[in-house]
Amino acid sequence: MVSVNNNGNSSSLIQVRGLNKTYHRADEQIQVLQGLNLDVDKGDFVAFMGPSGSGKTTLLNLLGGLDVPTAGAISVASDEITHMSSGKLTEWRARHVGFVFQTYNLIPVLTAFQNVELPLLLTRLSKSERRQHVETALSIVGLGNRTRHFPRQLSGGQEQRVAIARAIVSDPTFLLCDEPTGDLDRKSADEIMALIEELVAKHGKTVLMVTHDPVVAARAHTVLHLEKGVLVEGSKSRQSVTAGGVV
Amino acid sequence: MKFAALIFANLFRKKVRLALTLGSFAVALFLFAFLAVVRKAFTGGADLANASRLVTINRVSIIQPIPLSYRDKIARIPGVQAVTHDNWFGGVYQDEKNFFPQFAIDPENQRKVYPEFVVPDDQWNNFLKDRQGAIVGARTAKRFGWKIGDRVPIKTTIWGGGAWEFVIDGIYHGKVAQDDETQFWFQWDYFQERVPDRLKGLIGWYTVMLNSPDQALRVAKAIDTEFANSPYETKTDTESAFAASWVKQFGNIEFLIITIGSVVFFTLLLVTGNTMAISVRERTGELAVLKAIGFKDRSVLFFVLAESLAIALFGGVLGLALAFLAIPVLGNALSGMLPNLILSKPMLATGIGFALLVGAASGLLPGIGAMRLRVVNALRRV
Ligand SMILES: Nc1ncnc2c1ncn2[C@@H]1O[C@H](COP(=O)(O)OP(=O)(O)OP(=O)(O)O)[C@@H](O)[C@H]1O
Ligand SMILES: [Mg+2]
Repeated sequence: MVSVNNNGNSSSLIQVRGLNKTYHRADEQIQVLQGLNLDVDKGDFVAFMGPSGSGKTTLLNLLGGLDVPTAGAISVASDEITHMSSGKLTEWRARHVGFVFQTYNLIPVLTAFQNVELPLLLTRLSKSERRQHVETALSIVGLGNRTRHFPRQLSGGQEQRVAIARAIVSDPTFLLCDEPTGDLDRKSADEIMALIEELVAKHGKTVLMVTHDPVVAARAHTVLHLEKGVLVEGSKSRQSVTAGGVV
Repeated sequence: MKFAALIFANLFRKKVRLALTLGSFAVALFLFAFLAVVRKAFTGGADLANASRLVTINRVSIIQPIPLSYRDKIARIPGVQAVTHDNWFGGVYQDEKNFFPQFAIDPENQRKVYPEFVVPDDQWNNFLKDRQGAIVGARTAKRFGWKIGDRVPIKTTIWGGGAWEFVIDGIYHGKVAQDDETQFWFQWDYFQERVPDRLKGLIGWYTVMLNSPDQALRVAKAIDTEFANSPYETKTDTESAFAASWVKQFGNIEFLIITIGSVVFFTLLLVTGNTMAISVRERTGELAVLKAIGFKDRSVLFFVLAESLAIALFGGVLGLALAFLAIPVLGNALSGMLPNLILSKPMLATGIGFALLVGAASGLLPGIGAMRLRVVNALRRV
């Protein structure tokens, strides 16, 4: 279950309580998040929508431990991340978070295989174990035959698949996707969404995704709108997603 | 090393830039090796100098002679083991550009004072019996293709003029590679026969072998005191001090070389520092992604440093390898002018150290920048 107005204890995988983020620019203060609450369970698929500048990226950065809030608390699997040192936070990210960005952000000088292998270099896995994991991840995203390709030899949709393989290869606790289809045409976008749905439905991943596209958002279990620094629930139910069909 | 692929891939990101940066290191290290070798050739005499040897010259200048009669007086001073004398001949073989040093030596004491120059006994004995005989260093012999038994004419404008004829009776070798193998020695007696009367009985300088280096100061003082207030006052110094003052004649070579070397060092540092800074700035986004994935700040610093050190190492080794091949060729081209152009192991090690230092310094600032990079800000810029 996803909820946006719980402010006590819960047993959710991700718990956000009273989250504030204020940016200081010159002598101006920009209050982006103002007392935001959120609970996300394991296996949930949440879409965040909202106008440009409403703070969607800011929220994902905080959830992913890339930035620290001005106030409030975030705990994931009962790890309180808001007070971790930056070194601890880096280790935590490596274990728990898979990032997918709008612009793919692959390393251009590395092959698809090497890009996907990157997160595993931070683990104690042996070379052959790493190979196995990378091959599995690439076959899940349907690119088992493109391992030696460089990013520039792939289409946008394929690059994003590699990026998704990189995000799931170390089996993180949850995935954060910031406009994963923002740079793609409709057909590629549909394919990427089908893949993400499959990750949730078949592989039990927990996914938090930002999108501007209502069609894309419609494929999530829950759509939340970021308005005036807090989240408000959209009108979609889990049933209608299932009814919409998983490709 | 599981990160090798990443570092390697980053190295080859821009091939032209890599080639140019490697080239900068190679050129700088080539120049470094060359300067080091030239500096050593000029100042090496001081390092080779035997601590147990003193040189006694005329107080006025080394060009002024001193009487041969001083020899026995010097030999009687306690602490003196042997004393020998030399005259500078300053002749020319065939052509002005064929320079090499020739000395009229004292055959009786030469080998006692200069044990590092080795002549086979049979050759030496022939030389002793041969009034016109000469012993020549292996390098000079090789340079002119002289063999034992050859007759060589040496022209002189100083000692009464004309060409003097010598017979090569022997070839000497140094005990270590740095020893000077360019000299040409001939008999003092033959010299005496041919010089004008006003120059007879005068030698250029004495070289004194001591029983022990500890006595250098005392003996030097005793020698100069002995001849104080005579028409030919002397100045005695250790061989190393003498070598050092000899180098000073050429101007401050050391200063010149260190200045050129520093300019090379700083130019290289600026060039490679700038290149590394640009190369890191270009991939700010990628570095941010690595950090987002979970690479530690120090890993990112390590990647940048590893890259600049690898470039420094490869470029440096390339430059030194080229120098290693080129210096003997240059040495031959300059033959005789700079006696010992030898690229020694310590020089190679210093060169590599110098390259790595520049590599580390040029990678450090961009590396720290990459380390401090805030992921969220960097990702916003992508
Ligand atoms: N580092 C920063 N310093 C100052 N202001 C910032 C900073 N980062 C974000 N902001 C501001 O915070 C607000 C929210 O930005 P954010 O990027 O989270 O919006 P968003 O909802 O992701 O927008 P978009 O849909 O355009 O991606 C914006 O007004 C932005 O200008
Ligand atoms: Mg955004």
